[in-house]
Amino acid sequence: MSKIVRVNLTKKEVKLEDVPKKYDGLGGRGFTSTVVAAEVNPLCNPLGKENKLVIAPGLLGGTNCPNSGRVSFGAKSPLTGGIKESNVGGTLGVRLAKLQIEGIIIEGKAKDGESYVLFVNKDGATLKPSNELKNDLVYNAVEKLRAKYGEKVAVACIGPAGEAKMAAANISVTDIDGVPTRQAGRGGLGAVMGSKGIKAIVVDGTDAPGVNIKDKDSFNKAAKIFADTLKKDSISGEGLPLYGTAILINILNEAGALPTKNFSSGRFEEANNIGGETMREIILKRKGNPTHPCSPGCIINCSNVYKLEDGTEITGGFEYESIWALGANCGIGDLDIIARLNRLCDDIGLDTIEMGDTIGVAMEAGIVSFGDGEGAINLLKEAEKGSPLGKIVGSGCTCLGKVYGIERVPQVKGQGMPAYDPRATKGTGVTYATSPMGADHTAGYVIAMEIAGCGGKVDPLDPKGKAELSKAFQVATAATDCTGLCLFVAFATLTDERANPAVVDMLNAMYGLELTGDDVTKLGKKVLRTERDFNKRAGFTKAHDRLPLFMTKEKLPPHNTVFDVSNEDLDSVHED
Amino acid sequence: MMKIELRFYATLVKYAEKNEIPQFSFVEIEEGATIASLLNKFNILEKHVHIAMVNGRSVESNQGLQDGDRVALFPPVGGG
Ligand code: SF4
Repeated sequence: MSKIVRVNLTKKEVKLEDVPKKYDGLGGRGFTSTVVAAEVNPLCNPLGKENKLVIAPGLLGGTNCPNSGRVSFGAKSPLTGGIKESNVGGTLGVRLAKLQIEGIIIEGKAKDGESYVLFVNKDGATLKPSNELKNDLVYNAVEKLRAKYGEKVAVACIGPAGEAKMAAANISVTDIDGVPTRQAGRGGLGAVMGSKGIKAIVVDGTDAPGVNIKDKDSFNKAAKIFADTLKKDSISGEGLPLYGTAILINILNEAGALPTKNFSSGRFEEANNIGGETMREIILKRKGNPTHPCSPGCIINCSNVYKLEDGTEITGGFEYESIWALGANCGIGDLDIIARLNRLCDDIGLDTIEMGDTIGVAMEAGIVSFGDGEGAINLLKEAEKGSPLGKIVGSGCTCLGKVYGIERVPQVKGQGMPAYDPRATKGTGVTYATSPMGADHTAGYVIAMEIAGCGGKVDPLDPKGKAELSKAFQVATAATDCTGLCLFVAFATLTDERANPAVVDMLNAMYGLELTGDDVTKLGKKVLRTERDFNKRAGFTKAHDRLPLFMTKEKLPPHNTVFDVSNEDLDSVHED
Repeated sequence: MMKIELRFYATLVKYAEKNEIPQFSFVEIEEGATIASLLNKFNILEKHVHIAMVNGRSVESNQGLQDGDRVALFPPVGGG
């Protein structure tokens, strides 16, 4: 029987609840967003006791369906003030699913200065005081927790940034090696966890009952077909395992859409030094690992382990977004410096995308200069110390831009933009503008068609038809985010007609349902509507579904284009 | 003759090696050349080239080339 773990930090109370009908069969983002919309006052302060942090594995989590191990974190975001879902790989989702936990809801708030670990195992959940972990960097805290609770536990942990409730704080999750290389990065959910007084969640999967599958034969048959589509696809079967996601650096650079030096150009002269090809060479030379699965059951293996020249294992899951953010966007063309910045972000518990945007704006403000790696490292160290400048850095690019009077701040709804300049990838720009999450590429990954030419080629510079395309991607993604599937299955689902039906077949076989592809689309639409409605009640209007004005006026080299999708088109995304 | 900048990426770098030219280099091609004739000249299998860009725009193989063009060749790549 699946259950919900409800934890109240004000009362120090942990309850196991049956799953009420209204939350049943949702999974992942469907679960987190539905619970947040139903139980959280949209007008609350995100760091107050009225906010809730909700955690849920996907509908296919814990099964032998490949790449189904994602886990969603949701709450009202301290960065955007709207609803937030951020999902992550690693081992947490699989462990929770196998313990038959449909979701964890963390509510209330501990007294200032109190710090707890939420420990979950087959017998339920308990709160354990954890003052000894206070202000520990994430890697240190995880090491202590694994020493105490066992090597095999899954851990979700915040760093000093989360404890200090900085709006760009993330939540780190351990990968299959027990290293906290995976981050639920966006929207400041680490600050929500910190505000509750939770330093870490530790999940021990020993003797877990495992998931129930109604029709195992049909399930296995569909899972096998699905695995075949992932293996046969040239991106998920060849490109990603070979080079990781950083393979995108060079193609975005060629396309003139790689945001460089705080979104002032679409090309970075040192791009190839930080691209996937160079990274692979360095990793092989230093005997790191270029092809690594972050999560049990992953057969794409886009992750990696990166070592410095002296053999120190500095970081893992070193991926395109982080390398772009802390590299090209800051004018830094040295992978070792970027790796150190990445590790600092993961250790302090700050989102790499938001930090890349923030340091970019700080460079524009002249606090340090573009290309100054040591200067960037010092800015993050200020955040670790919690100095006034450090707190501004840890609050994200919108905050820093305001404090320093900077106009060119790449954000939507207060959240910094990811690694695609919307002036040269206009469908992605529509996603940034209209997603309930703020500027988020995963919410509607039109790049697959605009740049990768996957599932059809479209001209990234043409504004026509992009609202429709973004909408289709946003709906499909919202549904995918309920299943626990890693977004990188999309390259197969866009090109292999066997892939989507296999997913529907697995859902039907597992839960004894008779869903069609249309029902899955409807689920995606419902999730988006729920999120949008929360934001509306939180005070969001159409005016929030816009890119910053400078992007409609300031031309981006080398194509010298502006963002010119009309406001009517942007608003059409949420009609019906 | 025209001079273009030719850039190989990811697994296609092997074609630069086979032709004994750097990953990024300037090469001479005939007037009136297209992407298809360029691939042919360097013995590059067209099916290995998923995306060809000329000056940052993705093009089809019948695209004509001009003096000074920047041509980038990619196998299937993706990520996020
Ligand atoms: S494809 Fe990459 S992100 Fe997805 S589960 Fe595998 S390693 Fe993790």
